[in-house]
Amino acid sequence: MGFLSFMLGEKQKSATVAKERLQIILAHERTSRSASPDYLPALQRELLAVVTKYVSIHPNDIKVHLERHDNLEVLEVKIELPDGPR
Amino acid sequence: MAKIIVVTSGKGGVGKTTTSASFASGLAIRGHKTVVIDFDVGLRNLDLVMGCERRVVYDLINVINSEVHLQQALIKDKHCENLFVLAASQTRDKEALNKEGVGRVFQELAEMDFEFIVCDSPAGIETGAMMAMHFADEALVVTNPEVSSVRDSDRILGMLSSKTLRAIEGREPVKEHLLITRYNPTRVQGGEMLSIEDIHEILRIKLIGVVPESEVVLQASNQGVPVIHMAGADASEAYKDIVARFLGEDKPMRFIDLVKPGFFKRLFGAR
Repeated sequence: MGFLSFMLGEKQKSATVAKERLQIILAHERTSRSASPDYLPALQRELLAVVTKYVSIHPNDIKVHLERHDNLEVLEVKIELPDGPR
Repeated sequence: MAKIIVVTSGKGGVGKTTTSASFASGLAIRGHKTVVIDFDVGLRNLDLVMGCERRVVYDLINVINSEVHLQQALIKDKHCENLFVLAASQTRDKEALNKEGVGRVFQELAEMDFEFIVCDSPAGIETGAMMAMHFADEALVVTNPEVSSVRDSDRILGMLSSKTLRAIEGREPVKEHLLITRYNPTRVQGGEMLSIEDIHEILRIKLIGVVPESEVVLQASNQGVPVIHMAGADASEAYKDIVARFLGEDKPMRFIDLVKPGFFKRLFGAR
């Protein structure tokens, strides 16, 4: 059927096109909506302030990242300490 | 405790006010004391659809600003015994709405033994829409089988799950119901309109009902009669089913399949 309609140059139904376009754009919009909550930059700044009290690190050495799976959220905080003794 | 239901959609013109009017009327017909509130400050229309536009003296903003008592602003519906309408202000702007004021009005309505508070949300995602959904326990997300409406509904669903009081307080989330309006089975059959299954697959919330595209909806609003009162019409029956499902009854979906016109209908072209 698919091959036949392809050979006959039959056009895809517009409702099918609509559904596919929606699925793509909404998948994109949902991730950009939820990927980085508003508090992440503030969290990163405050963590940096606390850590630099004890260890001197560069602002870029702290990475804060939130990952969302179906029913699970993982907040990943990565702090790279400088090499060798200070 | 009164149950607060927001009728929302994001997009304009999909049938929020039509749905609010008929849904609230349906609850009242079933014997529940109900109030329907227009949150579209500056562009009120619920009063017209309910047919009480000439009886609006005071409105929601007057009550929020404590200029009048709530009882003075509640308009008794002329069709149903248990139904009251609270109109939006036509002259103020949306910023006149605030959480404290709206919360106080809801509290007072609950004390007056209202069982259901139906909030007719304005289109968009500005103050009016946020205020309409803020205190909601349940939401009717009105969606047309059309790309822009489905996309806006998805956006609104995101807000219901993150910006409402229930979300902020970490309580049980707002119960979301998908309500599809302006559905045309003939066009779905022809592959030129998104089907119920398509919309459901994309938005992934429970379907509460489908209202078919119908001429009766315009005839009803012309007269200021909620479409649920148009006896025998398919849209009226669809709204009655929706109210029944909302109240926990099990009703099969109707008006979603293509009906082939009968011999006489084809012959005489009767509608």
